[in-house]
Amino acid sequence: MWDLSTNALDTAKLRGAAYGDVRVMHLRQRDLTTKNGQVGTLAQSESIGLGVRVLANGAWGFASTDRLTREGVAACAAQAVSIAKASALAKRNEVVLALEKAYVDSWQSPFRKDPFEIPLETQLALLLAADAEMRRVKGVTLTETDMQFRKIDSWFASSIGSRIHQRRVISGCGIAATSFQKEEIQKRSYPNSFGGQHALQGYELVESLDLLKYAPIIAEEAAALHSASQCPEKVGTLILGASQLGLQIHESIGHPIELDRVLGQEANFAGTSFLTLDQLNQLKYASSIVNVVADARLDHGQGLGTFAYDDEGVPAQCTDIIKDGKFRGYLSNRETAHLVGLDRSSGTMRTESWNRLPIIRMTNVSLLPGTWDYDDLIADTHDGILMETNRSWSIDDRRYQFQFSTEIGWEIKGGKKVRMLKNPSYSGITTEFWNSCDAICKFDHWTLWGTPNCGKGQPMQTMGTGHGAAPSRFRNVRIGTAFSNQ
Amino acid sequence: MKAASKTRKASTGASAEAADLLHEHELRRIIDTVLRLAKCTGAEETEVHVDEVADALTRFANNAIHQNVAEHGLTVSIRTVADGRTARATTNRIDEGSLRAAIEASLSLAQSQPKDPRLLPMPGKQRYRRVNRFFKQTAALSAEERARAVRRACDLTVKKEQVAAGIYSNGQSQSALGNSRGLFATYRETHSEFSITAQEGPAASWAKANSADVRAFDPQKLAARACQKAHLAVNAHELAPGRYTVILEPAAVLDLVGFLFYDFAATALQDKRSCLNERMGKQLFGQSITITDDIYHPLQQGAPFDGEGLPRQRVLLVDRGIPTNLVYSRAAAKAARKQPTGHGFALPNEYGEAPMNLVFGGGDSSIEKMVASTEHGLLVTRLWYIREVDPYEKIMTGMTRDGLFLVDNGRVTGAVRNFRFNQSLIEMLKNVEFLGPAVRATGEEAFEMVVPAMKVRNFHFSEVTKF
Repeated sequence: MWDLSTNALDTAKLRGAAYGDVRVMHLRQRDLTTKNGQVGTLAQSESIGLGVRVLANGAWGFASTDRLTREGVAACAAQAVSIAKASALAKRNEVVLALEKAYVDSWQSPFRKDPFEIPLETQLALLLAADAEMRRVKGVTLTETDMQFRKIDSWFASSIGSRIHQRRVISGCGIAATSFQKEEIQKRSYPNSFGGQHALQGYELVESLDLLKYAPIIAEEAAALHSASQCPEKVGTLILGASQLGLQIHESIGHPIELDRVLGQEANFAGTSFLTLDQLNQLKYASSIVNVVADARLDHGQGLGTFAYDDEGVPAQCTDIIKDGKFRGYLSNRETAHLVGLDRSSGTMRTESWNRLPIIRMTNVSLLPGTWDYDDLIADTHDGILMETNRSWSIDDRRYQFQFSTEIGWEIKGGKKVRMLKNPSYSGITTEFWNSCDAICKFDHWTLWGTPNCGKGQPMQTMGTGHGAAPSRFRNVRIGTAFSNQ
Repeated sequence: MKAASKTRKASTGASAEAADLLHEHELRRIIDTVLRLAKCTGAEETEVHVDEVADALTRFANNAIHQNVAEHGLTVSIRTVADGRTARATTNRIDEGSLRAAIEASLSLAQSQPKDPRLLPMPGKQRYRRVNRFFKQTAALSAEERARAVRRACDLTVKKEQVAAGIYSNGQSQSALGNSRGLFATYRETHSEFSITAQEGPAASWAKANSADVRAFDPQKLAARACQKAHLAVNAHELAPGRYTVILEPAAVLDLVGFLFYDFAATALQDKRSCLNERMGKQLFGQSITITDDIYHPLQQGAPFDGEGLPRQRVLLVDRGIPTNLVYSRAAAKAARKQPTGHGFALPNEYGEAPMNLVFGGGDSSIEKMVASTEHGLLVTRLWYIREVDPYEKIMTGMTRDGLFLVDNGRVTGAVRNFRFNQSLIEMLKNVEFLGPAVRATGEEAFEMVVPAMKVRNFHFSEVTKF
């Protein structure tokens, strides 16, 4: 692979590139699903190719190819330079990159069981058994299960001399039960909705989930939701389960801190951000108990945002985003770091595949654990609603106003969960919401959730991000808005 | 290892042009190679999809190009059947060794599962209606030409003291599908798109077009439209949330009604996850609503065959407000004792099928007429981050974006801050007062469709944001 990369970099230099980096990537994926006791998707794929990013005439160009021959790679590199020169026809400023060292390294994410080595029969048998457990429950009309495994090798080389090989193994798994009754569709998922939990782990992730234990529980909840009371519309106390809070972090902290959005580079598509540059170190983003980091290091956990080096050759880092409630940092790259007074990228450039340009991405953007025991938090809540497992999510294009709904809610009265609520939802303004946080559970209740489907960029790229969260409480939140006045 | 195709072309050195696509006979040669190899491995039936893409996209922001990319890729996706079981393996390597490995992977996956008694034999040879959606001018558009067009658009925004962001893209793609029962189908198309957001202070507006033929739109005109509307969008004031009459431009209509298309899948009804369960044949929408799935409509794009190679049929989905027909894959059709309509996804999958080429019946009212007929309402340019809140009542939430304007006494009087909506699509399509002519619309949440602008009463805005 290094010969191909060197060939590409040499060609780019010869054609006039002042800087170049190359990613050769080999992606392998296995997808298994079941529906109503039958195998649904059963597929495996692999893709290998090379992408070249160059700076020429002070502007960027990128080209990619799956033709991994000497001539194919040279043609691709030459095309990238030509494109960069075309970009220079409509540039306003020269691109300047923050300094970075050259690294020669090889890294593999830790896993105990290679999911591609586990017999397919074993994997399907588990999914079909979980599917059967859910179908046993009266009132369930649709059962679905899924597993997804990925093994991604990338070989990064740059004209400053870096040569970095990384192998990341990712697993994902989830189950869901749906019930259609009396003109109403209700659904419960485990351990999370939209495909379950995803992490930088091997098959041990699947084994840790205990699907057969939770399958009948969620199936019974899906059926029971039809007779539950509608979530009331009010302003009140809200407790969010950890997976829902993970998505809340993703949408209302993770995206606004992306410096490309802040600088207007996503204005036409993903949107911009309310976190204008003057807000750094000034804005009281959240209450003083809230601490959020963007941490790609393995020390933080095996999340979808964990790696050793980003796709620009910058080592994984931990950046304070919110410290004691104050806004402290953005996600940056080598091109934008100097705009926020940094002399170095925060290491967040990531690409979906060899045929996509690396862009600024969340790594593991996590709420650090608090001090509360979960049972104490419930007991301490006089009147509130607990909401668990995301059902829908939406936020404006500057990341101020959001609305989420969850699959299930629980009314809390006098420190106890008293009854199930259906169709729960809440909404708010980002900074008002985070400033209303008055309790965060401790590490025992903290999970590094994986969001495998974050879309951004044009052409669109899907990226996995990590979000550590523990159940937390928020005061004076608008509840029930999604179903108001219907 | 012997290459299945020796003549695969790469781009030629210094050019920034997209790579040429393979000739049809080269696609057929790849398929024949797979079928030959599969025959030797014990596969009872084999299906091969070959997909090739050569795309380029220029991205601009802050009145300058900041990203500029090109890609060329080809994938071979192989489905085998053995003893009543099927699975798929995909590779982007086309040497014989890699193709053989993909066949073996597909067989290994297939053999790992229980027998599927509902698995149908692969279809035989089919006849397809010809569509022409390949334009040389689109395929030939160069990085330099895109850059110059972007430069001209940005010069316009700079002149207006505005800031532009957007994309200009073009590309070509092709698909070939063959199987061991003699089915063979090919399709190629070009695509192009220009999208621009013009920002004036905190105000912004947007214009976008998309076509197989790059000559069908003018980036400069789109830029001028975005500039003009961004200027109108300044000094937005806050209105109270509530129910308003809205005039939805085609892009706003598209991104909302795009969430209906899965509900017309027969498999979705069989699974009881469609909003049409127990509602087929009833007057669900207003009488002005007629929806067809029509791949052959001149403003549509896409291959005239589905994931199993069946010819796509034109299907009347909603007739004057009454859901009338569904689309069927072969398996869904057999379960429902109907005929397949050519809308199936590539097997194996759990979703079955979906209409992907919706065409709404239009009317004769222009946006100007709709505005003139409105005493008090809102003109909506575009919607954003739309998600389903309730799958049966089809309540959708989302935001307005890039230009929300107040209409008073028959004219646009100013800009207002963006709203969040929580609105049932079923109710919305009951409340349509006027329809414009159906046009090819493009947004960000749904596939491109042919939809009209709509004037709708009692549209529910639940909250307001800060801009």
